[in-house]
Amino acid sequence: MNQPQVSMSTAREDLRTEPKIIRVVIIAIAVTFLTVFVVLPLVVVFTQAFSKGIGAFFAALSEPEALSAIKLTLMVAAISVGLNLAFGVIAAWAIAKFDFRGKTFLISLIDLPFSVSPVISGLVFVLLFGAQGFLGPWLQANDVHILFAVPGIALATIFVTFPFVARALIPLMQEQGTQEEEAAISLGASGLQTFFRVTLPNIKWGVLYGVLLCNARAMGEFGAVSVVSGHIRGETNTMPLLVEILYNEYQFVAAFAIASLLAMLALITLVAKTILERHLDEGQLPGD
Amino acid sequence: MSRGEAGPRSSLPGFGLTMGLTLTWLSVIILIPLAGLFLKSFELSFDQFWSILTSRRTLNALKISFGLAFAAAIVNLVMGTIIVWALVRYRFPGRRIFDAIVDVPFALPTAVAGVALTSLFAEKGWLGAPLAELGIKVAFTPLGIFVAMIFIGIPFVVRTVQPVLIDLDAEIEEAAASLGANRWNTVSRVILPSLVPALLTGFALAFARAVGEYGSVIFIAGNLPNVSEIAPLLIVIRLSEFRYADATAIAVVMLVASFLIIFAVNRLQRWAQTRTPAY
Repeated sequence: MNQPQVSMSTAREDLRTEPKIIRVVIIAIAVTFLTVFVVLPLVVVFTQAFSKGIGAFFAALSEPEALSAIKLTLMVAAISVGLNLAFGVIAAWAIAKFDFRGKTFLISLIDLPFSVSPVISGLVFVLLFGAQGFLGPWLQANDVHILFAVPGIALATIFVTFPFVARALIPLMQEQGTQEEEAAISLGASGLQTFFRVTLPNIKWGVLYGVLLCNARAMGEFGAVSVVSGHIRGETNTMPLLVEILYNEYQFVAAFAIASLLAMLALITLVAKTILERHLDEGQLPGD
Repeated sequence: MSRGEAGPRSSLPGFGLTMGLTLTWLSVIILIPLAGLFLKSFELSFDQFWSILTSRRTLNALKISFGLAFAAAIVNLVMGTIIVWALVRYRFPGRRIFDAIVDVPFALPTAVAGVALTSLFAEKGWLGAPLAELGIKVAFTPLGIFVAMIFIGIPFVVRTVQPVLIDLDAEIEEAAASLGANRWNTVSRVILPSLVPALLTGFALAFARAVGEYGSVIFIAGNLPNVSEIAPLLIVIRLSEFRYADATAIAVVMLVASFLIIFAVNRLQRWAQTRTPAY
């Protein structure tokens, strides 16, 4: 697909473009729009974070509340990325390597969380585990804390990040087919050996890609976590929730200091994503 | 889907185990919790359900969420088309960087976007101050919700249309031009029609996302009941008041709406596949 574009001659290109004035106007509109809606908000985050100097920035980050939020965020991300990684690989194996009826439907079920409002993603767990929820009375009787505690936050995060790894792997593994695995099996390799020695090396960039996006969302999730967290200071506040609390208390430097860490995470994720996409494109079959 | 292309696919081991684990985990995390929501809504009589949904505050919240999300998706459709065109067809300094930052609204945590947009558009903010001089107040008004929804929807149109425009066959365009069509006719009669499925898909995805959006909206919204209160926020408020029935009823309506949108998107994509001939 690349060659025709590269070898396009300038004469042919003339037929495919607009007068210069229109080109300039379109570029100006696009650049202005992206600057106002994307670049400026990013710049604001970092300017505000450092508006009282670098000392205030680090002081805000070393507050006990900030540290506990960072710790909780890392822990919840580790749990949900780990579980969704395992699920994603297992689901991709079942879906991509075998034929069965209802495959498209199963994929749409896995995709469901993408189309559910974050608030509703949290609400469903309140309805299950809350005091008035289906399991609430039993949980209370047995002194099990899910809501307003780490398990609830982890569950809501797993829900919203559920599709990422599976969605990164299914098309990739479908494209790669089953011949290599079948060869390994026929040469006497076990299923697990085949997976770890044949499949995994083929899909490693895809796995990394899924984990990257899953992690970014897990660390940044706000709505779903907000509903189940209970906002107990120093205990159930993740970084995005702490941003909200500090902002509402007019502690702008502190709020934007935490926000700037999350913005850095987003930028690093984007850079890594661009690099990984290049790797994935190289490994892909022609025609995609 | 390459169904059947690779021959029989049953000689590999592990189908039963992996499928079993997939269905179990899917049920525990996604299906049972979502089913619980619908089950909870069945505890309400139809009259109760109806009176919750038609109460003034709920109706207004739904109107605000759906109405502004629709308007924002329209803006995204138009601006997204312009951005895609610039990124794919033209070369300008910083093009690759602008291409990469289109994804920022995907990657930036919504709470961060929310506080950033609010201080940008607040009365003393970089953009809020000049706008205030013109008499336009953005932050803490419905206009603020609109702005946040535009922000969150940008990548959807761009990223769905971009690959289609890149793959568009140059020869059709050249043929149109050599047959004497002027540039505007070529663009409007040849290129844009072949982008329609992708444009509609991007529009629907941006709309669905904006309807359910919470984090980037609530900071800038003002959150005044009946004026600038979005439906997801009303769910949160009802929950904090322990009015689970109200929260559930609103959630069910929103969920059904987003399922309908996703269904429409799937149909659109099937339509797009039948329209574009395989190479």
